[in-house]
Amino acid sequence: MSLMPKTPAAAARASTEVQARGSGRLTLTRLLRDPASIASMIAILLIIAFALCAPLIAAWTGHGPTEQFRETGLTPEGIPVGPNSEFLLGTDQLGRDVLVRLAYGAQVSLLVGVLASIVASVIGIAIGTISGFSGGVVDTVLSRTMDLVMSVPFLLCAIALVSVLGPSLSLSIAVIVFFSWTGLARVIRGQVLALRHREFVEAARSLGASRTSIMFRDILPNLVVPIIVYTTLMIPAAIVFEATLSFLGLGIVPPTPSWGNMLADAANGSLYLVAWWMVVVPGGALLALTLAFNLLGDGLRDALDPAAVSKGKRA
Amino acid sequence: MTILLDVRDLAVDIPTEDGTVHAVQHVSFAVNEGEFFGVVGESGSGKSVMVQSIMGLVPGARTSGSVLFRDRDLLSLAPEQLRSVRGREISMIFQDPLSSLHPQYTVGWQIVEQIQAHEKVSTKAAKARAIDLLDRVRIPDAAARFDAYPHQFSGGMRQRVMIAMGLSLGPALIIADEPTTALDSTVQAQILDLLGEMRSEFGTTVLMISHDLGVLSRVADRVMVMYGGRRMELGAADAVLCGPAHPYTAGLLRSSSFNREPGTPLVPIGGRPPSLLAPPEGCAFRDRCPDAMSICGTKPPVRHYDDGTEVACWLESTPVEPDPPVLPPPSLLASPDDPIVKVDGLRLTFPQRRGEPRVVLDDISLEVRRGETLGLVGESGCGKTTLARAIAGLVAPTAGTVEFDGAPTGNLDRAQWRDLRRRVQLVFQDPFGSLNPRRRVGSIIGDPFRIHRLASGAERQAKVQELMELVGLNPEHYNRFPSQFSGGQRQRIGIARALALNPELVILDEPVSALDVSIQAQVLNLLDELQRRLGLTYLFISHDLAVVRHVCDRIAVMEGGRIVELGTADEVWNDPQQPFTRRLLAAAAPEIPREPRDRRLLPLSVAGAGQQPVSGHPADRHAADRIAVEVAS
Repeated sequence: MSLMPKTPAAAARASTEVQARGSGRLTLTRLLRDPASIASMIAILLIIAFALCAPLIAAWTGHGPTEQFRETGLTPEGIPVGPNSEFLLGTDQLGRDVLVRLAYGAQVSLLVGVLASIVASVIGIAIGTISGFSGGVVDTVLSRTMDLVMSVPFLLCAIALVSVLGPSLSLSIAVIVFFSWTGLARVIRGQVLALRHREFVEAARSLGASRTSIMFRDILPNLVVPIIVYTTLMIPAAIVFEATLSFLGLGIVPPTPSWGNMLADAANGSLYLVAWWMVVVPGGALLALTLAFNLLGDGLRDALDPAAVSKGKRA
Repeated sequence: MTILLDVRDLAVDIPTEDGTVHAVQHVSFAVNEGEFFGVVGESGSGKSVMVQSIMGLVPGARTSGSVLFRDRDLLSLAPEQLRSVRGREISMIFQDPLSSLHPQYTVGWQIVEQIQAHEKVSTKAAKARAIDLLDRVRIPDAAARFDAYPHQFSGGMRQRVMIAMGLSLGPALIIADEPTTALDSTVQAQILDLLGEMRSEFGTTVLMISHDLGVLSRVADRVMVMYGGRRMELGAADAVLCGPAHPYTAGLLRSSSFNREPGTPLVPIGGRPPSLLAPPEGCAFRDRCPDAMSICGTKPPVRHYDDGTEVACWLESTPVEPDPPVLPPPSLLASPDDPIVKVDGLRLTFPQRRGEPRVVLDDISLEVRRGETLGLVGESGCGKTTLARAIAGLVAPTAGTVEFDGAPTGNLDRAQWRDLRRRVQLVFQDPFGSLNPRRRVGSIIGDPFRIHRLASGAERQAKVQELMELVGLNPEHYNRFPSQFSGGQRQRIGIARALALNPELVILDEPVSALDVSIQAQVLNLLDELQRRLGLTYLFISHDLAVVRHVCDRIAVMEGGRIVELGTADEVWNDPQQPFTRRLLAAAAPEIPREPRDRRLLPLSVAGAGQQPVSGHPADRHAADRIAVEVAS
């Protein structure tokens, strides 16, 4: 005989238990089912560990990030030496250990990438929500501001700013933030516009809720998914931004290593023709990190919004 | 009569993240050529999945059994062959005419395209045929409307276009999946009539799915009742609907408001449908059945009556009539000289970009008496929701006044407006859209206390749990999200939230129209009980005259932004003055007479006991008859 519950209440409880799994756990299960997401998460964790272990690597090899080894790290002709037992990933044009510099450069890349995207998304969320929720003149002004920022040429502006203020880490973060918040702000504004007319917002209004209460309690929690996804996807863009700035000599000031200025060193005097590792090592690392974040962002979007995936596959 | 569609032992399993959903479990039925076959069931009964899987339209579904259509098994056809069957021999009409027509092409082009996809005909000939079809489904001035886009048609017209499209290739079978659910009741009646006419004119067989017993009782020849993915009862429409043999069918009829005397409480089916992830071993309806016996834990046999009705149930007698719930006497009696809301000359217009401003409400004067339930009926777009929002003070009128409890609600300062919010509350139509999906139920129901700073912390939680108890929710579910509740439970959450501040007036905006029949009855009874206990005044908005008649003391009929008729429920129902009211009444579902059936239950065939016999098929029925006769003799 069956073990089915006898009362309707018990039946109700039993049937809700099936779906009572938390949304966080569900997302994680879906994420873990996607091999690309797992691989990218592992890659990101490895790179973070690598960056955190930079001082350990320096101590283990005995090479500082800016220390020059003119005797062992350069051939008598002054050409960098390739990967060998002393310099695992070779040296650069000044005889510095590429492995150690790569680890310290990872710190810079991750710091700039994560910090800049978080600041940019906070600004984007704030402006997007205010713009979408207020409507009217405020919306028009803010939307046109977004258009304005999007139409400013990024590199010209960066070069102008640096030539006036001088390159620094904080300036490159500021420049990246200034050019990244608009995308998220637009998405958030659109979502808020759609959510504003939903019945539950109307319900909150009919209960007498204030505008701030509606904004923070009713609308913002529904924006968590796009915020997470967009912020994750903003990180690789910010990392590439930083590398671009450093490559052009506008970002991190040498001799502090960053992946961008390591690539610049390789390009300088066409050194990469004789020292391929100077391009391949930082270039490969940059590629791996940005690819990993992009794949993770895609995977997160699919995991957080499974309806969109199944529709896509069916079509 | 020959059999057109013969479904035998069809099972559909759909793999999902939570496990396999057993959407359809071993259902057999046969549709005869030329008949109108109805399938009725609540949401989640598997009726839509069943017909869609017959057409091969459910991706990823695992099917077993057989579906014979003109001696071909549709389940084993190659996709290419199935595609040629779809549209040409079997066509489908879907629920939502808004989204099943392509918005970027003219309706004529879409019909022509459909014809040319299956037949080699010139565009000119196809166009002539399309115009002829549009004409036949009573689209006025069909030749001129041929080049119109879907958005230029009303909902009912679009459904007519869909029917024309369904008929364009002269299919033998039309499957209509809730074809009238999205339409107003008067339009619904027209579409049903049209489907009936098309059947006699084209000789097409119709298989129609509906959740609405009233709709099917109007048109169907034979009816199949589904529940929890299984077939419960099958037989001639009048036999099944007038003398139900299965307790579930009987329960559905008892909880339909069109079928009960106004004022008497409905008898809801308690509980909720079983999970399709782990269907019960025995009868799917056992947990909610008033006739449940211990034997119901085993799979019920299919029993045959000598009038052709087949029932999957152990019960051999007529299902019992449970007593209606006893309600407390009302704590407040409405009287004409104690109005709580007085609307005078209310007018509301929306400015439009071009031309004249649109008049939504036109010179409305109305009184809501304290303690009564005032019904507001009308078709979609007649302004009933806007009127309710104007009374609640959520939209400002262009002209006229609204007085609440003697005080005008025109120019309120912030504090007064907040105070008004405490005294007038709304329950919304859509139990899915009106609750924030990202917040826990406890915090949703506790919102009024938070917003008006009336209670916090443990005190608020206690009050919320008290409210949950009051509306029949389990207070332990305090920490769940709305998505973990069913539609009816969500509507209870909405009601609990509205009652939190002890309002005097509750505006119910189509509170049950998104719910299943058996759940509707639960919610309507709850509302009635709460009104009696708490002395509430209700303004009840609905498009469904049957529901309004059942729950309301007075009814106001709205048309085009005006109130055309206002009277007691009995007056409006029995003696309508206005042509529009008469049209509404004519379109409302007729009461289904309950008559005892003179029929005999055939004895259970020896071989069939406890097993799932193949049935629903006249040939088998004769076989069963023969066995019955043999056993009897």
